[in-house]
Amino acid sequence: MPTRSARTRTPGTPGTRHPLRASAAVAAVLAALSACAGSDDDTGTGSGASGDVSGEVTVFAAASLTESFEKLGARFEKEHPGTEVTFSFGGSDALAAGITAGAPADVFAAASPATMDVVTDAGAAAGTPVTFVRNRLEIAAPPGNPDGIGSLRDLTEPGLKVVLCDETVPCGAAAQQALDAGGVRLTPVSYEEDVKSALTKVVLKEADAAVVYRTDVVAAGGKVAGVDFPESAGAVNDYPITVLGQAPNAAGGEAFVELVRSAAGQKVLGEAGFGTP
Amino acid sequence: MTPPSPAGEGGGPPDTLTGTGPSPGPAPRPRTRPRPRTPGGAPLPLLVPALLGLAFLVLPLVALLLRAPWSSMPELLTSAEVWQALRLSLVCATAATALSLVLGVPLAWLLARVEFPGRGLVRALVTLPLVLPPVVGGVALLMALGRNGVVGRWLDDWFGVTLPFTTAGVVVAEAFVAMPFLVIAVEGTLRAADPRYEEAAATLGAGRFTAFRRVTLPLVAPGIAAGAVLAWARALGEFGATITFAGNFPGRTQTMPLSVYLALQRDPEAAIALSLVLLAVSVAVLAGLRDRWMTSA
Repeated sequence: MPTRSARTRTPGTPGTRHPLRASAAVAAVLAALSACAGSDDDTGTGSGASGDVSGEVTVFAAASLTESFEKLGARFEKEHPGTEVTFSFGGSDALAAGITAGAPADVFAAASPATMDVVTDAGAAAGTPVTFVRNRLEIAAPPGNPDGIGSLRDLTEPGLKVVLCDETVPCGAAAQQALDAGGVRLTPVSYEEDVKSALTKVVLKEADAAVVYRTDVVAAGGKVAGVDFPESAGAVNDYPITVLGQAPNAAGGEAFVELVRSAAGQKVLGEAGFGTP
Repeated sequence: MTPPSPAGEGGGPPDTLTGTGPSPGPAPRPRTRPRPRTPGGAPLPLLVPALLGLAFLVLPLVALLLRAPWSSMPELLTSAEVWQALRLSLVCATAATALSLVLGVPLAWLLARVEFPGRGLVRALVTLPLVLPPVVGGVALLMALGRNGVVGRWLDDWFGVTLPFTTAGVVVAEAFVAMPFLVIAVEGTLRAADPRYEEAAATLGAGRFTAFRRVTLPLVAPGIAAGAVLAWARALGEFGATITFAGNFPGRTQTMPLSVYLALQRDPEAAIALSLVLLAVSVAVLAGLRDRWMTSA
């Protein structure tokens, strides 16, 4: 029922012949909706969000957020009965391009401020994006770290096949920043198009090491070993999130951002390897 | 309808000879003749969807041309990186086509001419790379031919050959994706070609391989050419399997589609310009081949 009412709200029913009747219908629908929302409040959802959240919430999020956002989406639907969270996970830059081209999304969570800037520069964000988590780099090595990699400099050892992300994607830019900070000159065998494919090369043992995010190492479970290195502190990646200006369901989007930034949301993200801002 | 039995023995071969033989010769004549017969041109139920189909295929390319950053084109065209990627693309696509020809034509012959159990299944397997998402194809190649792959580990141990992250790896990935196009085209032509020419060659004492080389190959040459062009075009645009299997390193494995994709992340305008360069080169090559070689075949 709530989805139906949400649908009638969006077309706006431009009843050119009977504007009075149309607006009466809208009023009736809104009344029914608020009655629904009232009963939602009565059941006591516990979260601080206002009760009139309903319908579909569309979230565009960086691929590295997949596991934790899916958990948060399920939680959101439970806390707000009648809602449905739809995710589109992908490279932040591709998502940003989709949003500026008019994709109907409510929330955008990017893996770097630079990709968020694309959206804010186009005037597509509602308000100012806020940083909700941070991600730092780690070296991913095959399980047991057979080559005994202990530092960024170890990656320059001859014969070692290292893959990096391409500098055009956030993980590649961060890796280059860390390499510069450590004064390490490294020639990889490949500049991968995203962090997951860099990780895959190590999981399949085609590469001996990759510089990826800590969260990717956590998500890979036992398939790779993570090696922390001090230079990663100089290349921490901020993840900004915002509700979008053209959001079809702005109230739903705001409630979702609220959940992500809440203590419960931060706990889920922390388990995935993210750090607090 | 009626099987080409006894009567065909005597009258059949000359029929087919007149049927297939002279067709390339007087082909232009029948093409000009129907024109006065249907002055209104093509019937509407065919013309409308045909034009819609053409618009559907051409419109995205027109949009690309309209939005192209023409002012920055000269700068791009003189960039060494672009030429490096373009040269690598052309070399790899050509090598992949050669590899597809060497392995694919015999495979097509096997599928068309030799009865064996499970032929239908084998035919389906050959077309599998067409439906497989190329990135998955790349992962499959890593698992088969990678340093730690099923076959790849022996290549590494015995010959010290590792394909991932090398130019040879690019050729392998492109051939994997492009060869089915060639096999399907050649097999179709082979099945349409009359096997009785080969049988006639056999009665004159030619072995099966000689018959293949001297009779079958010239007979299906246009089909092979068409298949090779398809395979080359597919290999030139290959992205997913290449970047997954061979990685991305400028000058070694970064072909044009890879550099277009990565440019898209940073500078969409440059990506459009790069795609246009790739399109222009492929159109030039294909048109050149068509004029010089395909029409004479």
